[in-house]
Amino acid sequence: MKTIEVPALARVEGEGGLFIGMKDGKAVEIRLDIYEPPRFFEGFLIDRYLQEVPDITARICGICPVAYQMSSVRALEAALGIEVTPEIYTLRRLMYCGEFIESHALHIYLLQAPDLLEVPSALDLAAIAPEVVKTALRMKKAGNELLKAIGGRSVHPVNACVGGFYRWPDARLVKATLPELEWGLEAAKETVKWAVMLPYPDLKINYEFVAIHHPIEYGVMNGDVWSSKGSKLEVTDYETRYIEEHVQHSNALHSHTKEGGNYLVGPLARLNLNHEQLLPAAQKALKDSKIKLPITNPYKSLIARAFELVNFYEEAIQLVKAYAPNGPAHLKLALKAGEGCGMSEAPRGLLYHRYKIDEKGRVKFAKITPPTAQNLPRIEEDLLALVPQLVKMDQEQATLTAEHLVRSYDPCISCATHFLKLKMEEVE
Amino acid sequence: MTLTPKTSIKPKVAVYKFSSCDGCQLSLLNLEDELLDLASVVDIAYFLEATRTVKAGPYDIGIVEGSITTPHELERIKEVRDECKFLISLGTCATAGGIQALRNFTKMSDLANKVYAHPEYLQTLDTATAISEHVPVDLEIWGCPVSKATVLEALSALLMGRRVNFPPSPVCVECKRRGMICVVVSQGIPCMGPVVHGGCGALCPSNGRGCYGCFGPSSTANFSSLVNVLLPLERFPGESLLLIRNFSGYAPAFRKAADLVLKAAAEKESK
Repeated sequence: MKTIEVPALARVEGEGGLFIGMKDGKAVEIRLDIYEPPRFFEGFLIDRYLQEVPDITARICGICPVAYQMSSVRALEAALGIEVTPEIYTLRRLMYCGEFIESHALHIYLLQAPDLLEVPSALDLAAIAPEVVKTALRMKKAGNELLKAIGGRSVHPVNACVGGFYRWPDARLVKATLPELEWGLEAAKETVKWAVMLPYPDLKINYEFVAIHHPIEYGVMNGDVWSSKGSKLEVTDYETRYIEEHVQHSNALHSHTKEGGNYLVGPLARLNLNHEQLLPAAQKALKDSKIKLPITNPYKSLIARAFELVNFYEEAIQLVKAYAPNGPAHLKLALKAGEGCGMSEAPRGLLYHRYKIDEKGRVKFAKITPPTAQNLPRIEEDLLALVPQLVKMDQEQATLTAEHLVRSYDPCISCATHFLKLKMEEVE
Repeated sequence: MTLTPKTSIKPKVAVYKFSSCDGCQLSLLNLEDELLDLASVVDIAYFLEATRTVKAGPYDIGIVEGSITTPHELERIKEVRDECKFLISLGTCATAGGIQALRNFTKMSDLANKVYAHPEYLQTLDTATAISEHVPVDLEIWGCPVSKATVLEALSALLMGRRVNFPPSPVCVECKRRGMICVVVSQGIPCMGPVVHGGCGALCPSNGRGCYGCFGPSSTANFSSLVNVLLPLERFPGESLLLIRNFSGYAPAFRKAADLVLKAAAEKESK
């Protein structure tokens, strides 16, 4: 029996394991096991008051709390039939820029780059290339400081609510983030140049990409759900095509399309579907890099994140400069029974929420489809595609290559409920 | 309770994850200005969110994020305790059960049926509980998430062999010190500030909202007084109970506070 045993998957958020069943040198079974304990968020949201929802759903993920807050407030606003003012929407975009910056800088430099540079961690990288790590930490901090200026703190910010914000952030604090954001934009342009030179493993996958698309802005909140296969759906029709199932080996739910296919959400999907909506500096970085789209190598999602970093620094700078609080910070809520869904693009992919509320504003039903639940079947398929390469490698190399693939997805396994043990063994 | 380095060897630190959102571990990685200095004075021997390198124990300092919610975690926390000289529970999940401890107030099977099509696939306990309910803990750092300042204070104190000085006053006092206008008095907004551990710098009141208790109960809390203030301020039925039964809801002091609210509601009902 050929067994390949891999240690725990590091540098992901959450816990998971990987099993590959082999027969005659070919993979016949593959399972990404999710050990991350189930936490039952959709269950204990029931009978909570709607204004508590963004605070509670933020706790699904400490790395992308803003995504959970934004998808939930949008869904609850849809249930109440209200639409926020352009000023509120713009501040939400700015807050989201902060999350993209901190999450992408963390993933590019601290979580995935060590794989490409063959070191165990960014701390080991700091011993050989301290400037790289210092730059990364400074880039990340710029995002966190922006979140802090708007939301009070970077992990589980407290200012967002259904209807808008509890109060307009202090303009002086918001404007004070500008010098570091401007420095960060230049650092992000350098990140792109560095990212395209890194030695990525070869893998080419024929993906169906799914992301929020908007004709003018780079899809993050407003817009429709677009697929590279041509499907264009409004958010209210999302569940007609994208279906979530509970599979035995996982505490995370798995998604597929109505036709039964897997699909990919996240930076590759967004960049490939929405590159025309990138802001000028990101457009220029894309053109100068001579990268041809679509990018179909999952390992290269790091490059897509780098382009997005440029884009979100650029957008953050524009919005910080233009920030001038005007009108009410939040709308008054007129409670009524209703149902609504809301979407936004978490740094790791599309995040969908749907709620039913009663006339007193109490949640009666909640459905949350996180990005990693949608990507898990896709990760399994990608690993299967990788097996012909894995069987030619020694244990250590095979493990690293498989782990690296999972990490390149930036799976927030704790969000999809979720440490990797690669086990490759002959099955009967 | 301090850990004095007796030699010049760097103390070995292990960071563990149990049921949680990863936000408190992230708070360690978010020490952008201090992380590299910290890594030069301690040996990060086990920290899966940051590194693949796993150095064998025993460890001098163990930092645990998350609460105990599965049979596997129940066993694992004992192993963790055995391999760590000084154990810190980091964040409200580890110190009080956290948001997932809301299950402790309801029937687990109902919850599982609401979320999963096949609850029989799951391996989970009926309760989510704090680390100290299972093993002795040497230091608790509260917060959902923990604040940078408290984490740095705890680590520097340990490394220098002195006492840990956490903010002694509740959120309410921090709010007064910042010169904020009280949201309860001026706007009638329910606020947990008087009974909640300080350390956040009165974040919520400074954002125009009431404190929702993510730093857990302060040691000097007067809950019967709080309940008397909260009940008449309710903006929707049951708000006081929901406010108390939230991120720190399973902390023993908050459980008692919730009982006071339920008792008051029952008395009102019988009148």
